[in-house]
Amino acid sequence: MADINYLPGKEPHAREHRMIFRNVDRAGWDTSIATYLKEGGYEQLKAALKMEPKAVTEEVKKAGVRGRGGAGFPAGLKWTFIPPNNTKPVYLICNADESEPGTFKDRYIIHQDPHQLIEGMAIACFAVGAKLAYIYIREEFPEGAKILEKAIAEAREKGFLGKNIQGTGFDLEIYVHRGAGAYICGEETGLIESLEGKRPYPRIKPPYFPAAMGLYLCPTIVNNVETLCHVKHIIQMGGDEYAKLGTPNNTGTRILCVSGDVQKPGYFEVQVGKVTMGELIHDMCGGLKPGRKLKAVIPGGSSAKVLRGGEVFKIKRGDAMVDVSLEDIPMDFDTLAACGSMAGSGGVIVIDDSRSISWVLNNLNAFYAHESCGQCTPCREGSLWMKKITDRLVAGQGAPGDIDTLDSVARQIDGRTICAFGEACSWPTEAFVAKFRDELVADTNPGTADAIVNRETLLAAANLAQ
Amino acid sequence: MILKANFSVMALEIPSTLEQEIDERITHYPVSKRSAVLPVLHALQHHFGYISEEAVEWTAKKLDLLPIKVLEVVTFYPGFRQYAPGKYHIRVCRTLSCAMAGSFDLMDSLCQAAKIDRSGVNHHHPIAVSEDGKYSIEFAECLASCGTGPVCMVNDDFHEKVEDAAALLGQYRD
Ligand SMILES: Cc1cc2nc3c(=O)[nH]c(=O)nc-3n(C[C@H](O)[C@H](O)[C@H](O)COP(=O)(O)O)c2cc1C
Ligand code: SF4
Ligand code: FES
Repeated sequence: MADINYLPGKEPHAREHRMIFRNVDRAGWDTSIATYLKEGGYEQLKAALKMEPKAVTEEVKKAGVRGRGGAGFPAGLKWTFIPPNNTKPVYLICNADESEPGTFKDRYIIHQDPHQLIEGMAIACFAVGAKLAYIYIREEFPEGAKILEKAIAEAREKGFLGKNIQGTGFDLEIYVHRGAGAYICGEETGLIESLEGKRPYPRIKPPYFPAAMGLYLCPTIVNNVETLCHVKHIIQMGGDEYAKLGTPNNTGTRILCVSGDVQKPGYFEVQVGKVTMGELIHDMCGGLKPGRKLKAVIPGGSSAKVLRGGEVFKIKRGDAMVDVSLEDIPMDFDTLAACGSMAGSGGVIVIDDSRSISWVLNNLNAFYAHESCGQCTPCREGSLWMKKITDRLVAGQGAPGDIDTLDSVARQIDGRTICAFGEACSWPTEAFVAKFRDELVADTNPGTADAIVNRETLLAAANLAQ
Repeated sequence: MILKANFSVMALEIPSTLEQEIDERITHYPVSKRSAVLPVLHALQHHFGYISEEAVEWTAKKLDLLPIKVLEVVTFYPGFRQYAPGKYHIRVCRTLSCAMAGSFDLMDSLCQAAKIDRSGVNHHHPIAVSEDGKYSIEFAECLASCGTGPVCMVNDDFHEKVEDAAALLGQYRD
């Protein structure tokens, strides 16, 4: 990549492997189709159109690329879940809701390299037989929606979208659909309801697996922005070559987003599993702030279970059980899962010893209480209870037994709800209580020196008074 | 000042360019017109600043729906408002990474600089407006730029690493 120059101060870190983010922060790069075409843009679409659709899916399967939106489900495999005897139209939806706290990667693809996404989507649509596709983009990306609409118009004009694409007889229209500020629209069945013009109440699975019964109850493939971009590179490299990137079962590259208490927060595209948590924090992000110690890391978006600084995990490697310290965890799907958390959406939130755990947890609980769609009683009521209990903690008004109540409320949510928001909202509480119980319990006793009094406290107290 | 739903508005006047834009948007949903509820509401909110009762009825008529099917959408999504915000509507990210980067202080200093009293906001009325009606403000949840906090939006503009509230407001004077 010697021929690519990046904007001053925005150069990728030496350990990065820029593929999806190749053109992000690139000097002289813009979002026009002319720029994209100069670098071989849409060549992979042309190549794919010469293949059998099934062969395209086969390459994606061989590549082993796992969904980058949160669940890490293999994309190629998902595509094969469209019922074989299907006679209904098939739809594809790009999930550009990017709303998992800590995640900020799709934003840059959309704003700086929209054609990469459109090319990836067009290839995916060809593979699954979709003639109509939507990009569901969060409302808070108004500029992004405009950029995508302009890019779609350009691609259409050049014959990469629309009727009879490149003379192959393949038709495809892509439209941009804007959300309206609700996190639950990121959940794929909530997203589909929203796209149908309704409240985004998630649907129960089974039977509503989108690949079988999605948009307008037709087979629908929902993939994340980053996942769909990978499709283009898989066609370029071939599935087998692509699978050599990263580590077995954790192939390719992925974008890690780091925020919180590090010197240099930011985004880093790395080969999956080739960088450890310690390297990410201490090397790529310039380490912690002076004099600070690592207290906790949320490794895969706010819903991922927190890991404690200094924690050692027993995980299986081959046939042996080995000890792995927090800093030695390779940033891949399987190891983070083995450590009891998840790689999720790639959003890494670093928390140092200046932070109060009650305050951190309260902030997250307030998010989930605000965002629960309200269909399921355990989620609707439980998320609010968890917020209220932690409101009390930060206000110095906790009561003995509060932490047990908090934990029991959380444990009555997950596994008992329509959608995975139930897990998303209860896992933070379960994990923070499991790993920081002493500190949380200390905060239930306003008399102790550990009780926190700060302006958050006052704010929460004002909320309590309402 | 906290704004409550205001239904005493004049009859809706939809300029023909706006209606054309809306009609074009509806064509994006060849399978079901109902799918166009969000885009129609976005277009109306962009034009009028908020979704009035008349706007709900107009949308329902346009899409052959019962008004309740539109209203239930308006009341669910935080992105739709039933009352007029200030000329400049500010959304400050409240979520963890931005909070760690100082978004609560940013909220305070913005309120101070814009003379906004937020003491009455609650879940149902999250928006507070300045005395002169020029600025309004609310907390938003994670705006997907957690590495450059604290972040906020002013109308459709996005701002990162916002440190100086007065300087930010200075860009939105007239
Ligand atoms: C509460 C909740 C929120 C979600 N938010 C997002 C999101 O903002 N973006 C996203 O791509 N996936 C999100 N997902 C995951 C989607 O449901 C879906 O799994 C994903 O879009 C599939 O794409 P992928 O396989 O390419 O990752 C969310 C899931 C849940 C349960
Ligand atoms: S788990 Fe929560 S967000 Fe998901 S459907 Fe139930 S109430 Fe809604
Ligand atoms: S926490 Fe503010 S942008 Fe994500």
